[in-house]
Formats: sequence, C-alpha cells, structure tokens
Amino acid sequence: MERIALLSPVCSPRLQNYPLYIRSVPTENELKFHYTVHTSLDVVDEKISAMGKALVDQRELYLGLLYPTEDYKVYGYVTNSKVKFVMVVDSSNTALRDNEIRSMFRKLHNSYTDIMCNPFYNPGDCIHSRAFDNMVTSMMMQYVK
Amino acid sequence: MDPAAAVAAEEEEGSEKPPVIYTMENKPIVTCAGDQNLFTSVYPMLSQQLPRDPMEWRRSYGRAPKMIHLESNFVQFKEELLPKEGNKALLTFPFLHIYWTECCDTEVYKATVKDDITKWQNVLKVHSSVDWLIVVVESDAKKKNKTNILPRTSIVDKIRNDFCNKQSDRCVVLSDPLKDSSRSQESWNAFLTKLRTLLLMSFTKNLGKFEDDMRTLREKRTEPGWSFCEYFMVQEELAFVFEMLQQFEDALVQYDELDALFSQYVVNFGAGDGANWLTFFCQPVRSWNGLILRKPIDMEKRELIQNQEATLLDLRSYLFSRQCTLLIFLQRPWEVSQRALELLHNCVQELKLLEVSVPPGALDCWVFLSCLEVLQRIEGCCDRAQIDANVSHTVGLWSYATEKLKSLGYLCGLVSEKGPNSEDLNRTVDLLAGLGAERPETANTAQSPYKKLKEALSSVETFEKHYLDLSHATIEMYTNIGRIRSAKLVGKDLAEFYMRKKGPQKAEVYLQGALKTYLAEGWALLITHTRKQLAECQKHLGQIENYLQTSSLLAADNHLTEDERTHFCQEILNFANQQTEGQGEKVILSMHSFAQLKTLHFDPPNAVVHVGGTLSVELTLLSQMPIPVQVDQIAINVHFSIEKNSYRKTAEWLTKHKTSNGIISFSNEVVGFPLSRNNLPALELYEMYERSPSDNSLNTTGIICKNVHMLLRRQESSSSLEMSSGVTLEDGAHMLKCSNLILEPGINRITFRTQAKEPGTYTLRQLCMSVGKVQFVLPHIYPIVQYDVYSQEPQLKVEPLTDSLLAGIPQKVKFTVTTGHYTMKNGDTLQLSNADAMPILYHPESKAVIYSNTRERVSQSTLTIQSSEKITSIALPMAPAYHVIEFELEVMYLPSAPVVAMERENLINKDLHRKSKEKQKADNCMATVDQKVTIDCPWSIYSTIIALTFSIPFNAKHSLLSAGKRKYVQVCVQNMSELCFELSENNLKNSGNYTDLQLVPLNSESQQLIYSKQSVFFVWELKWMKELPPSLQCQFLFSFCPVTSEEQSFSLKPFIYEFQVENFFTLYNVKAEIFPPLGAEYCKTGSLCSLEVSITRLSDLLEVDKDEALTESDGYCTTKLMYEVVDNSSNWAVCGKSSGVISMPVAARATHKVHMEVMPLFAGYLPFPDVRLYKYLPHHSAHSMQLDADSWIENDNLSVDKNVDDQADSSSIRSRGSIHSTTSGEHKGLPMPRLQSFSSGQVFNSSTGMQILVIPSKDDHVLEVSVT
Repeated sequence: MERIALLSPVCSPRLQNYPLYIRSVPTENELKFHYTVHTSLDVVDEKISAMGKALVDQRELYLGLLYPTEDYKVYGYVTNSKVKFVMVVDSSNTALRDNEIRSMFRKLHNSYTDIMCNPFYNPGDCIHSRAFDNMVTSMMMQYVK
Repeated sequence: MDPAAAVAAEEEEGSEKPPVIYTMENKPIVTCAGDQNLFTSVYPMLSQQLPRDPMEWRRSYGRAPKMIHLESNFVQFKEELLPKEGNKALLTFPFLHIYWTECCDTEVYKATVKDDITKWQNVLKVHSSVDWLIVVVESDAKKKNKTNILPRTSIVDKIRNDFCNKQSDRCVVLSDPLKDSSRSQESWNAFLTKLRTLLLMSFTKNLGKFEDDMRTLREKRTEPGWSFCEYFMVQEELAFVFEMLQQFEDALVQYDELDALFSQYVVNFGAGDGANWLTFFCQPVRSWNGLILRKPIDMEKRELIQNQEATLLDLRSYLFSRQCTLLIFLQRPWEVSQRALELLHNCVQELKLLEVSVPPGALDCWVFLSCLEVLQRIEGCCDRAQIDANVSHTVGLWSYATEKLKSLGYLCGLVSEKGPNSEDLNRTVDLLAGLGAERPETANTAQSPYKKLKEALSSVETFEKHYLDLSHATIEMYTNIGRIRSAKLVGKDLAEFYMRKKGPQKAEVYLQGALKTYLAEGWALLITHTRKQLAECQKHLGQIENYLQTSSLLAADNHLTEDERTHFCQEILNFANQQTEGQGEKVILSMHSFAQLKTLHFDPPNAVVHVGGTLSVELTLLSQMPIPVQVDQIAINVHFSIEKNSYRKTAEWLTKHKTSNGIISFSNEVVGFPLSRNNLPALELYEMYERSPSDNSLNTTGIICKNVHMLLRRQESSSSLEMSSGVTLEDGAHMLKCSNLILEPGINRITFRTQAKEPGTYTLRQLCMSVGKVQFVLPHIYPIVQYDVYSQEPQLKVEPLTDSLLAGIPQKVKFTVTTGHYTMKNGDTLQLSNADAMPILYHPESKAVIYSNTRERVSQSTLTIQSSEKITSIALPMAPAYHVIEFELEVMYLPSAPVVAMERENLINKDLHRKSKEKQKADNCMATVDQKVTIDCPWSIYSTIIALTFSIPFNAKHSLLSAGKRKYVQVCVQNMSELCFELSENNLKNSGNYTDLQLVPLNSESQQLIYSKQSVFFVWELKWMKELPPSLQCQFLFSFCPVTSEEQSFSLKPFIYEFQVENFFTLYNVKAEIFPPLGAEYCKTGSLCSLEVSITRLSDLLEVDKDEALTESDGYCTTKLMYEVVDNSSNWAVCGKSSGVISMPVAARATHKVHMEVMPLFAGYLPFPDVRLYKYLPHHSAHSMQLDADSWIENDNLSVDKNVDDQADSSSIRSRGSIHSTTSGEHKGLPMPRLQSFSSGQVFNSSTGMQILVIPSKDDHVLEVSVT
C-alpha cells in the first residue's frame, strides 16, 4: 500500500508545489492521502531550506522520513531542480525500509528525467505519460502486500 | 524526591532484601574487611577523593574508551554479599573487596591479621572472586610508640609474600592518610590510582562476563520457554550499571536494543512468525493511563514486567520512560519528543498488528495523555526560550494530542449541538474508568494530563474549551515555524468542529484560509473537498451569493461525482426559480465556473457591417453544468463608440481585411487549476557577455532573463484567485440578446443576430446569462472583440485596366460604382459628357457585375448604353445599397492636336553633347495628355470630373540635312510604347503658303512596321524655284494602327508632328584641303603639311545677311567671318594661327582662301581637322550695346560661351588662360567683338568626313598605332 506524489518545482512563481503527478494505490482514502502529501510539503520546505545552508555540492537528494503519522510514513526526495517527490507508505508496511525507499525514489527520478527529455513535454505540465504510469504501477505492485 | 530512593538506603544494611533496584544514589559496591575503625576513619577522605579525577576506561568489543569518574559504595564485607552461583544480579555485585589493616607489629600480624586475611581470602576464593586489595595503613604515631618495630616494609613484604604471589600490586601502602603532608598526599594518589584501576579492571571483567551471559541468553530466544520479560530484566540490569557509572549513552543503548528486539518480534508476529511469550502482550487493553515520565523508574510497571504481567502498553510505557529519563540526562529533550511521537504511532500500529482488542477511544485517551505527559516533562526540564526555539520538535505532539482529543470528542458525543446521549455517556464513563485513579505524583499538579482529559470529557463546554485551547496553540505553533499547510489542516479540523457545533461563521474563516492555500498551490482534490465544506458553511450562514458561487464551482468540478455535481447545480436552479414577492434582487455570479466562452464567430467574418446590414455572432459556450440548464436570456453587453478612424469603415478596408475567418478564440484560465501558469509570459532569455574594459577579454558570460520582474512578481495576497464577488453588471444601452434556450452540458452554440444601426465601433464587453433570479456574468471579454458598423457615400471610380492608356487605340476602362447607402433604382444612369478627342466605345453585349461589399458576386446584367452627340448615358442595373457595380467600357483617345517640335530644335546640334543625358531621360517617357470626362451620377447633383491620362506612343524629331545647296528634311519617329505599330500614309506638308516649294519624298515604302522602342526615319528633299523663305513651316503626319491585335477593325489614326525650319539656305561652302609637303607624295608624321581652307559664298545678299557684321561700300557688301581650325581628335598640330577673321564679300562665288601649316601626329588615314565658321560681329554693334546684362549673358550662354568651351575642349594648342581672359573681359562689360554661329544648313562643309593618308616618317623607330 503505497502512494506516490510528484510535486512541481518551486521555481514556478505563480503556482508552486502543485502536483505534477499524483497516484494512489489503493484509491480509497485518496483525499486523506492528498492532504497528507500537501501537509508534508511543510517539512520538505523546511528540510530544503535547512539543506541550503549545508554544502550544496554534496547534497543528498533523499530527504528521508519527513514525518510519521499514525497510519502513514511520508518520505521525501528533492531533485536539484527542486522537483519534490513524496512517497507515502502505510505504517504497517514493514517491507519497505530506508534502502528500498531510496531506490524507489531513484527509479522515480530516472523516469522523471526521461519525461523531461521528451521534447514534447512542457516542463511544468502535469505528467501524462504511459511509460511513467507503468513504471510507477510496477514499482507499487512490487511492494504492495 | 523519589520514594524509590528509600530502597537504596537499605542496601548498606543488608543484602537480604532483594530485589535491589537501581536509583540515582546507587554506586558500585566495594566491600571492606579488616579493621573497620581504620576504614571508618579513612572513609570520608576516600569517598571524597575517589571521584575527583577521571580515569580512562578501555573497553572490550572495540567500544571507544571513555573517561570515567568513579564512585563507590563502601560496605562492610559479609559473605552474604558475594553472589551465589547463578545469580546474575549486577547491581548488588561487589566489584572489589578491600582488606584494611594498620598492623605494624610482626607478632600481631602473625597472631591475628594473617589468619584473618587468610579467612577472607578463602571466602573470596570460594566465590571465585579475584577482585581484591589489601591496604596497609601506616602512621608515624604508632611507630613512635613501639621501639622494637621491624622495618615497616617487612609487614607489607610479608603480606605480599603470603597472599600476593605474582600479584604484588594487590597490596598497597597508605601512609599517614589523615595527615596533611606531601608524603601522605603522594601515598593517597598512588592508592587512589590503584583503586580506580582495579575497579575498572573489575568492571571490564565482570561486565564483560555479564554481557556474554546476556548474549547467550538472547541467543536462546528461539527456544521455547524463552521469556522476553526475563531477558528484559537482565539487560536492564546492565543498563542500570551503565547508568550507575554515569554511562547514560550505554544505558540508552541497552534500552534501544530491547526496544528493537521487541519491535522485531511484533513485526515477525505480524508476518505470522509468532513467539509464545508475545501472546501475553496481546491481552486486551484495560488500562490506558498514559506514559509516566515523572519518576526515573516506574516501579509499578517494572514489577508488572518482572512478573510477566505487563501488557504491550505497559512494556512500551516503561521502556519509553526509561529512555526518556536517560535522554534527559543526556540533555536531549527534543529527541524525547521525537521518539515519543514515533512511539505513540508505533504503539497504535503494534496493537493493530497484534490484533489486540482495544475499547474504542482507549488508545485516543492513552495517546492524548502521553502527548501531554511528554510535553509537560520537556517543559519541566527546559526553560521557555528553549521550548519556543524548538517548537518544530514538539508541535507534532501538540497536533497529535489535538487530533486525539477531537476524535474523543466525536466519540463521546461532545461535538454536537445536543450534547452526548446516554450511549455516549456510557462510553465516556468506560473511558474514564480505564484511566484509573490519578497517580500520586501528579495529584497536586493543576494542569496534569489526567485532570485535563477528565475535565475535557466531563462536559460539552469543557471539551470545547480544551479542544479550542489545544487547536489554537497548535495552529499558532505551526504558523510560527512556517508550517502553513499543517496549520491550515488543523484549522480545517477546527472548522469541522464549528460546523458540528452549528457555528458556521467561525468555521468560514478557517475554510477560506485553507481554500486559499490549496488554490494557490493547485491541489484540485483538496480544493474540491474544502469547497464542499465551504458551501455547506455558506449555506448555513445564509450567504446566498457566496453559496451559489461556490455551488456553481462545485457543479463544474469534475472531481465530484455526477450526483454531487447535479445536486449543486440543482441548488442554483432551485434558488433561481424561487418565487419571491416583489422581484427581489438578482444575484450576480461570476460565469467562469458555470460556462466558459470558447470561441466567438462573426458573420461576416471581418466583423464589419454596413448600416442596416445584419451581423451575426455565434458564441461557443462550454457549459460546465452536469445537467441541461434552462437559460432565460443570454445577453452580450456592447459598448458603442464613434469610430474616429474612418478608414475602417470604407469598403477598401473591408476588402483588404477579409483574411480573418472571423473566429476569435478565448483562452480560458481555469481558476484554481495549475493550467493558469501557462498564462505567464514565456522566459525571455538573452545571452550576456561582459568584457573587461581594459583589454576587452571576456569576463563573464551567462544568460539573463529579461522579464524576471514579470515572472518573479510576488503573488499578492490580495489577488483573489477566487472571484467570489465583485462582479458588476455594466449598464449599457446596446445589448445582443438571445432568449429562452437550454444550455446543454458541454459545447453549445448560440447565435445572436443584430441589425446594424449607427455607424461606429461596437465592443463586446460582458456576457450575462440570466437563469431566473441568478445572473452569470463574464465581466470582461478578453481579448477585445469588436465589430464595426459603417456608412458609406456612393462612389464612382474609373480606372484603366492597363498600367497606362495609350493614345490612339481603344482600351478598356473599368467603372466601379460603390453604391454605399444609395440604392440603385431602375432608370438610374451615369451621364458622361462626350469629348471629341475621346469617344466612348461600347459593345452591346457589355455586362455589369454586381458584387456585395464583401466581394461576393451577386448578379450580372447587361448594360444599356445610349449615346447622343453630347452625352453618353449608361443605364445602371438595379442594385441594393452597399454593393459594388463593376463594368468595363472602351475608350480611345484621338491625338488630334499635333505634336509641336520643341523650340530648342535649332540648338540641338550644339547642345547635343551637353544635354544628351537629360534628353535621353525625357525621351524614354512618353508624352502624356490628360483627358477629362464629366460624369453625372444619379446620387449627386454635382458632376464628377474624372481625368484619364493617355500616353502618346510616338516621339518625333526632325533635322535638316544639306548637300551643298540642296536641302533635305529628315524626320525620326520613335515608338515609345511596348506595342508594335504599323505606319502608313506618311506625308510632309508645307504648312506655309510657299507654293514654290516642293517636298520630294525619298521614302520608298508607304507602309512600315515600327516595333517597340524602335525608330523610323523619313527624308524629303526640298526643292524650290525662286528665292526661299527664311523659315519653313512643316507638318509631318502619318497614320498608325497597332499590329498586334487580331481585330482588323482598328481604324488608322493620324499622328501629326509640326515643326519649323529656319535659315536653311546654304550661304557658304567651306572646303579644306591638305597637301603633302612639296615634293612628297604623302604626308608624313612629323612633317608640316599645308592646309588650304577655301570659303566660298554661294549666294548673293540675302535677307539673313542683314546684320551688324555687314558693311557696305561702293555697292559691295562685305561681312566679317571668323574661321577656326579645330582638331578634336588631336591628330593634327596646327602651327601658327588656327583661327582668323576674314572679310568676306557678300556675293555669289566670292571665295576666300586661307593657308596654314598643320602637322600630322599619327600615321594612317587621318580625318581632316574641322573648320568652323562664325559670324564676327563688331563691338560697336548697337545691338550689342543695348543688351542688358541678363540677355547678354543669355546670349553668351547660348552662343559664345559654348563656342569658347568647345574650343577649350578641343584645341590642344590654345591655352585656356587666354580664353578666360577674353571671357572675363567680356564680363567686365568692355566692348568686345562677338561671335555668332550660323544656323545649321547655312554653312556647308564640303570636306566633312574626308581623310588623308599619312605615312610614318622613316626616322621613326617606333610605330604608334592608335585605334580610335
């Protein structure tokens, strides 16, 4: 049980932090998931600004556990262009440890990079890519119990 | 402070009272045997000195060495203190045994002390304890008393000999411990160091052993019967010892290991790999009294664990309380809060995982109490400033507590209007029962979590108070640390609470706040959800307009189900159709959510229509409503302005701007969706190079975004993304309306028709849709949409079809009648005044075509043309207003007037080379003639005058040619046009009345073709009998017709050229001859030849000779002539005078000869040098004197100066200076002779064109050949 949200970069001045891609499996309780992801941005922002003070070069993209809730664990990841990835995992899902989350984020990032390489993709648009969908689906299925 | 501390006090008395529990006062136990009095005297010093200096503790298993301050609890040695076999207790474990003696007498030693030590040692050996030390205390006082004492070392040596085989360090000497001397100090230091070292050795050894045992025990955990609780107790023992040694970090590790071990078991249990002992923890939760963190050790819970009676919550609570204590020792309170949150979440999960039965609300109570307990515990150990600075660590707990209190409130029926019912009350009572009694340690605290919870659950009012307190505190904290989103989420919960409590006005603020955040960040689902809540709130508040606006947004929201959308749509419709008395106020809503304007289509497409014309506007509206909506009226508010730019109204504008298809598309900014960022301007990036000013090398380069100010403009908080209100309806006189239609979901096309009335520009401003009492308004139509209404005066335009009209041939001319506002009636005619020179030709079958103003062909009709002598009348076909009638007629210009030769004709010869360029220019364009036609139009009382310009295709030139006395006239006709003409019937007439004169044509053909840009020459010989007139008027005419056209109907048109020839009779014949030098056959270069010029008068005195040069004496007339030899090509060098004035008798056959020497400069056939002849007018001439300055100069210009110039140009021998002196002399007004040239034909040069052979001289070694 895992939900993935991909969030926009902050460089867009008008609307920042809008969801570029948001996907939830299973789909029930989707609203709560959206609220969770949205709220998690507070922590992402906090972490990013805290990182800004640290050395930029050796920056770790993985933000780690953003914050736990009773039901979910929320993990964050931010690319150098400030595209935020947020993953929400059911607390009961013990199969997903830090390493798995990390590699999932890396996979997401790679896939996102592919999308950005598509000349027909307008950066900042919501992602409607079958390849990306498939990748996310397979990744989610891998860990769904 | 701690009641448990009392336990430790008992330790010193006896070890008979297990269990011994660690307290803050615990220290590692060291036993003392031997002389108790001695020890008691040393003890204060010892206990004070031992912890003073730290000691490095090197540890096994690669753990980092630590500096440690050692303290000990010194107890009297008893055999019972020694641990029995299998006793794992570490706390009561004596780490070191010390034997104290101050014996200095060998006898005494042998008698008692030795035995005593031996006994002690045996006891230790039995218990295999090797950590012992014998201290021999020496004092000077005793030595003085005994005289025959052995050297002191002997006792020590004896003891060492007796007991410390190979371990001499196990016996130390302490000298004068109670004295304050340097020696005693030294002795103390050595002793303490020894003591510490031994203690540490003992720790390392015993703890290592303990750890090994513990590990062994842990490895057995898979065996049946293994008990976590037992193991827990063992490892905790280790933790206690570490804590006792102030090694909190190590102690914490023990608990963390236990924590992880337990967690792993729970996880494994969840995975189906259950351990038996775990089932015990799965017993139903009966008590939920929260964490207790105020005591270092919660004895109750510890006992439960020890007795294996603890529930999961008990174990977790105890474990956490220990971790909390240690973390606070370690000054890490923020880790406590963080771990607390994890723990609480984890416990909730674990209970779920283990499927432990929990009464509803019990966990909420537990979590709530625990959160507050942790918070209070942290508050207890930090000051206010620290807490404020670390809100980010604690706010999670606040938020969690708020959440839990909220759910408790909902569970117990405290969040409702009516208050709790009996079922709710029962549940409340159950929950309170599970809390048990308040702990004694918080009983006196006013704000204890326990009291708070109890109070909150006791009544609706107190619940509200506590809940609001907590919520507000949480929101404030979140806001302070910038977690706005989290704050908004708590606010939303609060709004929900208020809604439940029927306090919508308080809820609205929070909902609006949250909605604004979500809108700003484009979270569609959240927007929808919040809007739904807001709609309910607004409905309760009776904010009709806002409610309807929100409803319309929701009805258009495709994140809702169809039913929900229909519901909201129906809400609007219900309101709209409500019958209210007195026609209440209309509600105006923004249209963007209701329907979107997609495109607008004008017909006619250019959106320009004439007065009275029909304009249709088709709107494409995307209705976002889920159901069809009956719309009473759709109106477009139109703003009218009188167009200043009249050009827009003309038909020309119309026809030129017909490219657009009349469709205007609107980009719709969907409010609240991320699409709106597309409306941002694109990045304008430019390359930037900055060069150093000194050496122009590149300093920096980069990319600059020039419109940063646009892109990074701070989003104003006031810029409402949600246009809820403020939509105003414009009041306008002009409206386009459409009534009673049904707007289907999706695309709708609505057509408006309007008849154009006043001319001007109409701007579409607002779109307004009325549905009952509700009006949906699109306040601005953007981009600006306009249509124009124009009015136009009738107009007639006549223009040739070709670039230019040529005279003499029939050509088509297009008539364009723009009717404008005038309607062509039957019988309307165009009356053309006829001009003789330009008849209008027409064919009976000529047609008129009628177009609409938009250039659409409407109809065609034949044109009736009647022509009388004066007037050609064209009957126009009937045509409605704002149409165009076009027809073509042929016109022809007859060049009746002759072309008159230009006055300068007689100057041509002289001016030729100077003016040739200008002439060529003039020659290239045809002469033009404007022909005016007066047309009377039916719509105007004034006549229209139209000028047509015709070009004359030919250019004629004439010249007079002479041969001796015979005269010829040559006319050159040049075809300037692009056409080819046929010329015929050429004729030259003497238009004067000289019947005597005969013009004999020398032209062979009567018909000739003249192609474009070609010339044809005609020559006539003049013949006469008697005296000739001084001037001759001639008229040259020929007929022409174009050859190209197949139509043979072209009649020949005459071309007339008139000119005048003057003074054409030959007066003088000039003949030049060149003779080789005497004796030579040929002229040679470089040798002088003689040039003989003979000037012969050919006629007697004529009228033309009568001028001031003529002198008459004795019946003989003479005139003065000046001759001049000029060689333009520099072939000859004239030696001596090249010019001279001669007196010439005016009589026929009078001859004057001039000789001069010339020298050929080149070999070959050389043309003769020119001989020129001028009239030489004396200076006393009256005419000359009378000349005023202007005419004199003019004259000068015309003749003399040119002549001088020619000379200057041609004569190589003359110096320019002399000429200039003469000219300047003239200008001074001095009486100077003048030269006047003869007109062409008066002088015949019979040697023109003659050449003479010049052979090169023999001396010449160089042959020069010049080819000219």
